Amino acid sequence: MKKTVNKSTWIGLACAAALLVLVIVLENVLDPNKNIMVFAALKKGAVYALVAVSMNLLNGFTGLFSLGQAGFMLLGAYTYAILTIPVSQRDAVYYIYNGSAINFSLPELFGGGAVGLVLGVVIALILGGCVAAVVAWLIGLPVLRLKSDYLAIATLGFGEIIRAVFQWDKLGPVTNGANALKNFPTFSSFNIQNGAGETVLRLSTFTAFLLAGICIAIIVLLINSTYGRAFKAIRDDEVAAEAMGINLSKHKRLAFVISSFFAGVGGGMFAMFANQAQAKTFTTAMTYEILLIVVIGGIGSVSGSCIAAFLYVAASEWWLRFLDAETFIGGVKVPLLRNGFRMVVFSVVIMIVVLFFRRGIMGDKELPDLLRRHRKEGAK
Amino acid sequence: MSENVLKVENVTMQFGGVVAVDNLNLEVNKGEIVALIGPNGAGKTTAFNVITGVYQPTNGAVWFQGQKIVENHPQGKMRQQYKGEHAGEYTQAISPTPDKVTRLGMARTFQNIRLWKSQTVFDNVLIAKHCRATSNVFSAAFRLNRKEEAAQRENVLELLETVGLADVKDELATSLPYGKQRRLEIARALAAEPQLLLLDEPAAGMNPQETEELTAFIGEIRDRFQLTVFLIEHHMNLVMNISDRIYVLDFGKLIAQGDPAAIQNDKRVIEAYLGVSEDA
Amino acid sequence: MQYAISILLSGVSLGGQYALIAIGYTMVYGILRLINFAHGDVFMVAGLMMVYLTASLPLAVSIPLVLILTVLLGFIIERAAYKPLREAPRMSVMISAIGVSYLLQNLATYVTGGLPKMYPEIPGISNTITIAGAPTKVVTVVTPILVLVLVVALTQLINHTKVGMAMRAVAKDFETAQLMGIKINAVISVTFIIGSFLAAVGSVLYFTNYQSIVPLSGALPGLRAFVAAVFGGIGSIPGAVVGAFIIGISESVIKGSSWSIFSDAFTFALLIIILVVKPTGLFGEKVTDKV
Repeated sequence: MKKTVNKSTWIGLACAAALLVLVIVLENVLDPNKNIMVFAALKKGAVYALVAVSMNLLNGFTGLFSLGQAGFMLLGAYTYAILTIPVSQRDAVYYIYNGSAINFSLPELFGGGAVGLVLGVVIALILGGCVAAVVAWLIGLPVLRLKSDYLAIATLGFGEIIRAVFQWDKLGPVTNGANALKNFPTFSSFNIQNGAGETVLRLSTFTAFLLAGICIAIIVLLINSTYGRAFKAIRDDEVAAEAMGINLSKHKRLAFVISSFFAGVGGGMFAMFANQAQAKTFTTAMTYEILLIVVIGGIGSVSGSCIAAFLYVAASEWWLRFLDAETFIGGVKVPLLRNGFRMVVFSVVIMIVVLFFRRGIMGDKELPDLLRRHRKEGAK
Repeated sequence: MSENVLKVENVTMQFGGVVAVDNLNLEVNKGEIVALIGPNGAGKTTAFNVITGVYQPTNGAVWFQGQKIVENHPQGKMRQQYKGEHAGEYTQAISPTPDKVTRLGMARTFQNIRLWKSQTVFDNVLIAKHCRATSNVFSAAFRLNRKEEAAQRENVLELLETVGLADVKDELATSLPYGKQRRLEIARALAAEPQLLLLDEPAAGMNPQETEELTAFIGEIRDRFQLTVFLIEHHMNLVMNISDRIYVLDFGKLIAQGDPAAIQNDKRVIEAYLGVSEDA
Repeated sequence: MQYAISILLSGVSLGGQYALIAIGYTMVYGILRLINFAHGDVFMVAGLMMVYLTASLPLAVSIPLVLILTVLLGFIIERAAYKPLREAPRMSVMISAIGVSYLLQNLATYVTGGLPKMYPEIPGISNTITIAGAPTKVVTVVTPILVLVLVVALTQLINHTKVGMAMRAVAKDFETAQLMGIKINAVISVTFIIGSFLAAVGSVLYFTNYQSIVPLSGALPGLRAFVAAVFGGIGSIPGAVVGAFIIGISESVIKGSSWSIFSDAFTFALLIIILVVKPTGLFGEKVTDKV
């Protein structure tokens, strides 16, 4: 029993390492200018995978239907951006407010250079997660007493409130009001350049994968720990869980705070991906998008969320692009194809999944479960 | 004098104008198996829910191992509506949540089985160990609690062997036959390491043979784990065979108490169960 | 003073429009225990249909046509997206509702090409009049009256007809009503039909006050109307109406102050406070869970 656990851990680690190596290789072999779409989809996929897994922790594993994900991402994104914009850039970014109220930047505090960059970015991301977690802790006490759909609508409302607060003029010197924050370190900052400014080793996609991978691994560890089991008990039967000594409010709050922490980190990574942080991007629609990823992947499956995140991003940003372009075949215009059609097709596909494949890609199984079953059947 | 583990003192539970439990007093002593019986709707499960912290009583107190764990007095609107006795005797409002009561050393089963449906037999029992874990969320996530976790797993395996479920430990809890699900629910309660085990109709829906097995099983676990057992039951065979003492509840009121022989011959009990004929 | 009156007027008018949407939410929730996230988008689609229909048809034809088509849309959504999930957990139905909302928004973006569409002038209610020195549109006055008439008609329907009785029974206890031989699906369809009809009326009144309409126009009014329904006590029609007027007036007051950016935040803060302090709202009934 114990041996197999160890073995599967090692296999998992090996797969993750192989994936990371593959990403580095791909990134340095393929011409990034010809494959912009591919790498954008990969990076965004990694970010969405993390956020979807963090949402799954709450919705799928603890049974708390929360729709506040975009709000927590916003907190993480802004915290990250505010802490990492280089001091020299601050006047340019905050030009409307005559400069920023905060005049330090973490990467520079850590001495700049490669070490400063890595330390600064990582710490800023963690702090972004912490801000989201603290806010979640504060609103968790009242909000988590609510039942399923009331909780959903309350957290949705919370997201809207956060968005309004961050666009508020009076906070301009910190949040830059309704304007975007930019010029902070992004994934591309991790590409290694030689003295002449030429890129010798591209690590931007790798960085996205590494960061998301570490976070997801931590969530998986948590889910398989005694606390994760308690979360699942709450999901399956709250009354029985409470009768078996599981403190409901404490554990729900814990799940909410942890989920929000990783949503915050994911938000910071989203800012790194998008090269900017702006309150108006973190809308309810974004939360819905993430929710749909979780549903497509299978509620209660981490690997499902990861796979679905990449599929979703690749489909919407890359594979279905052609649906948006007016196309002529042999001089005849293909009907329906024009701007916006992609999203229509896409939402129809999603409805089909929601209605007819309610268990999603993975149900509540994980990839290793499936492999194991195959092997068992093979042995028979 | 034997030491009492559970003492229910003047407990009244009133929902709006309905008095579900009326001035209930009972004691359960260490090592005893005590049954609470009564016709349907007599307030037995309500009494259980008050003891385990699911409901806050309207008035009265509950003591567990010499410690007052529940107390309440009519408040707000209830002050006018209250129909029970002993009003004004209680002044505090202590109402622990069910999980706290369980951690104090009292675990229960449910009338309608409430297992965690998506979990295996093993995990159902393992999860109940969570309330005894000392690790915090970080040490648990980063596997710094290996020793504790391993000990818990070992412990659960032993427990499953004791109750005879070791061979189905990897099955889904809901795939078990009904009788085994009942047994699993008891095993789960045991995993929370209680001193007092509360069983809410453990034999509900069982055939005579299963009931007989269960009767023996309850006696066995009482001896093995040095438990005190307090149970609600309708199967008179089971109750009469294993109970040291019996309390009888009718319309929320205690109408009789005593050993099985006494209860079997108590006129009021027979009336409560069979009804009184007009000309009797 | 004049300013205050005009703010109050627009608040009352807005409140009336929210009330018409909120009734749809509250009725559906009362019966299916479902937050119909797509309701706000049905409201938006009604507005868009108005834009397209008036382009080729006279108003006298297009307005009834919009009402009919919206009702049809509401009916189809229920049959296609909610009915198959009747036995599924509530979360699945809610996700389906979110999916429908997403689909309607994307469809609207496709049809309009993402551009704002001018809402047609409706003679009679788009005209400007002056009340107590404050200039306003006729629609401001028409709305509360119309709302009153519709709500009275609706309560009559619910309290005094057979269908109404069935609706009340289903809202009280879904399973038992089914066992008593009430045709659940018919009752649910009627609920959606009424809700969509009122949303269509609301959309005509609401968008008259605005220049144009975009695919996202339905989302926020929808959410605000939902908050109104919760505020009044979800499941209660008078509650939804009262809640809607309160939300409408407070929104209009805040929009008129220097805190206008917080008008939505205020609405949602109100929602969270109500949910936490008195989840049953002003007129809601208490529901207890059995252990």
